[in-house]
Amino acid sequence: MSLEALLFQGLNGLAQASTLFMVAAGLSLVFGVTRIVNLAHGSFMMLGLYAAWTLATSLGGALGFWGGIVVAALGVGLLGAVLEVAILRRLYRAPELFQLLSTFAILLVLNDLALFLWGPEDLLGPRAPGLSGAVTILDRRFPSYDLFLIAAGPLVLLALHLVVTRSRFGRLIRAATEDREMVGALGVNQALLFTAVFALAAALAGLGGALQLPRQPATLTLDLEVIADAFVVTVVGGMGSLPGAFLAAILIAEIKALCIAIGQVSVFGVALNLSKFTLVAEFVVMAVVLIVRPYGLLGRPPVHVREGGEPEAPLRPAGTPARIAAVAVLACLAALPLAATGSPYTLVLATDILIAVLFAASLHFIMGPAGLHSFGHAAYFGLGAYATAIAVTRLGLPMGPAMLIAPTAGGAGAALFGWFSVRLSGVYLAMLTLAFAQIVWSILYQWEGLTGGSNGIFGAWPAAPFDSRAGFYLLALGVTVAGLLALRTALFSPFGYAMRAGRDSPLRAEAIGIGVFRVHWLAFILAGVFAGLAGALFAFAKGSVSPEIASIAESVDGLAMVLLGGVHSLLGPIVGASVFTWLSDTVSRTTDYWRAALGGIILLIVLVQPGGIMGGVGALGRHLRRARP
Amino acid sequence: MNGDPVLQVTGLEASYGAAQVLYGLDLAVGRGEVVALMGRNGAGKSTTLKSVMGLMGTVKGDVRLFGHSILGLSPHRIARAGVGYVPEDRRIFAGLTLEENLDVGRHPPRTWPDGTPAPSWTPERLYDLFPNLGRMPGRAGGQMSGGEQQMLTVARTLMGNPLLLLLDEPSEGVAPLIVREMARTVREMKEAGLSVLVSEQNLGFATEVADRVYVLEKGEVRYTGPMADLAADADAQARYLGV
Repeated sequence: MSLEALLFQGLNGLAQASTLFMVAAGLSLVFGVTRIVNLAHGSFMMLGLYAAWTLATSLGGALGFWGGIVVAALGVGLLGAVLEVAILRRLYRAPELFQLLSTFAILLVLNDLALFLWGPEDLLGPRAPGLSGAVTILDRRFPSYDLFLIAAGPLVLLALHLVVTRSRFGRLIRAATEDREMVGALGVNQALLFTAVFALAAALAGLGGALQLPRQPATLTLDLEVIADAFVVTVVGGMGSLPGAFLAAILIAEIKALCIAIGQVSVFGVALNLSKFTLVAEFVVMAVVLIVRPYGLLGRPPVHVREGGEPEAPLRPAGTPARIAAVAVLACLAALPLAATGSPYTLVLATDILIAVLFAASLHFIMGPAGLHSFGHAAYFGLGAYATAIAVTRLGLPMGPAMLIAPTAGGAGAALFGWFSVRLSGVYLAMLTLAFAQIVWSILYQWEGLTGGSNGIFGAWPAAPFDSRAGFYLLALGVTVAGLLALRTALFSPFGYAMRAGRDSPLRAEAIGIGVFRVHWLAFILAGVFAGLAGALFAFAKGSVSPEIASIAESVDGLAMVLLGGVHSLLGPIVGASVFTWLSDTVSRTTDYWRAALGGIILLIVLVQPGGIMGGVGALGRHLRRARP
Repeated sequence: MNGDPVLQVTGLEASYGAAQVLYGLDLAVGRGEVVALMGRNGAGKSTTLKSVMGLMGTVKGDVRLFGHSILGLSPHRIARAGVGYVPEDRRIFAGLTLEENLDVGRHPPRTWPDGTPAPSWTPERLYDLFPNLGRMPGRAGGQMSGGEQQMLTVARTLMGNPLLLLLDEPSEGVAPLIVREMARTVREMKEAGLSVLVSEQNLGFATEVADRVYVLEKGEVRYTGPMADLAADADAQARYLGV
């Protein structure tokens, strides 16, 4: 390919970078001040684009287009303020992960709101009045609107930079980023400051979306696509650094553009299609940056983050009544096939729930007791499922050995990725695990020869006696219970104590001779093993696997299950996974707007019962015991 | 103590999670009075100041400022009502310059409840009070020495023109020169008419600045009286403060 074509694609990348920067800058500001990782931030970009489309097409002309962009940005900013006041404000004292869960719920609700208002079709906006032409650059026609966009990014960066460094609002933002409690003690109304920052961030994202009007159709998948990109940009640039976000936005957009430009290349005689690499390029960049510079290109290690959270009560082994209850529940579950002979679907749903329980329990194992908040746990589930499916269909292995390959694959993946990830903490760990999961997803998606690409693999059916619904249900029950018991045993062994010690106070744990890294790495591997096992069950339950099972959405589902049940309880993931799977199944069969319904239910639980379901049950139990004379 | 108290604390209880720290504390600070809060480590001195400032989650009892209850208000409302809080660990904004740190604390001048103007502070006045700070207005908070940070944290709180100053262990961990500077500052605050509640472990410092003293032990007041009495009473010192 020619140098001119390369430069031309480079210009294209710059136009994309501007929007990416505007979304990421807002995400970074909000995180800095409120410590909330706002999963719904991409939704603001999407809504900005939809709103601009409506205004431009209904009003028409230059006023409709340019005025529409401004109004869309302001409107999305207002929506951000409303959401902050109505929902997030109530959650600033809640644990970080609950805030995350509620922003995920907001994302679901906003997505269905867009579906309701604009329908499922892609909507492409009109050309920009006044900038509809093209200029000739390097003998090629380059849209003048894209030139305008290339200039818009640095202008917004400059404006933001001036606000943050020169205004009192900016000084308060920076001060609150370091120590918001102290800012409050100095008489600054934090609630107002947070609302203002949130509104500013939402407006920026809305502006970024609206500006894409002539370049990109408005679609309902934008929210997740954009949030993933924006996270990558923020983390690569360094959380809280605006110039870092700008630099990273250009870097990521350019790499994507160049992959498209170069297309097919041949390395040592092997043909590689680089344009397919765009799906994963940014995550590879993020993984490399996080490994080499854990706080991003221009980020600094957090000075001191003050958490208002209360110390967690220690986990206690089950007493005799709890053991008896567990055996009774198990007996009921084992008898379910007899009770459900009339409704075969019950067993299908029950099997799904069991698989979800094992998956959620393996995630909880590292999230709760080890404090490692993985955002990419679906990777190990996916690796297990694919390993099993490949073993059965391609290698022709019988069911038993195929099922044993899954935990090996999950554990091996977790060993490799965990070795890099568990050194980090907080958001950085979350993002690196997410990046690795995206890499796994894109390998599954693109290695068509082995994985069947986007179609996946069919034909992984269980062998007798597990080929009936009841038979497979009982197998799933047995495997899941064995997995739960194994995880539980690990938690109450000295290894489990070391895990928790390493979470609560890494320095003190090191000082008494615990190798925190090694312990947490092993825990991560163990979690991967059981996630892989759950994946094997999934492959046999469905008879097929497809890349979605390793996607961000699947990882987020796992998080939602654990948080819904309560991260501080061992029963939490079990209850959470059951309720979540049952709810999404029930809701999705009764309404088209199941995302909104699910999001609404999650929000309700988080707002009314921030300790998750099991937190609520625990509080009720304590209350009853106290009331007893 | 003359007239109505500026701060009146009655039956104050506070806990960190399940651990109760204060068990029904009573104390009062009068107008223009410097009151020392003494006691061993863990007696509840810092917790008392944090409770008054609204920084403790679980608090019971009553806290009144000029007769109005402030218990349960958010810290920023308590600050705007005229309470200035200087934390023990300084909590300077490391990424902001000295000038910017002062600006974060800025509030308009206020008046006493009777309508007369209360002392108000500007960066210039504060640079007169702490000449060291005047020499480095553009320096980042994180690049300052411990003593300079200690002065800055007091100056930052004064920018809010408080009527009552809560000082948490101002003499802890700083050089003797800075301790003298702090003592001089507290006396100047008193001369300006402010009320000061200062938690302190250093008997010399407390004797130098305070009019009265409360000695805490295990979250309760064990001794109270004029500071001079405690300073002269070796027995009481040994009983309540000795280690």
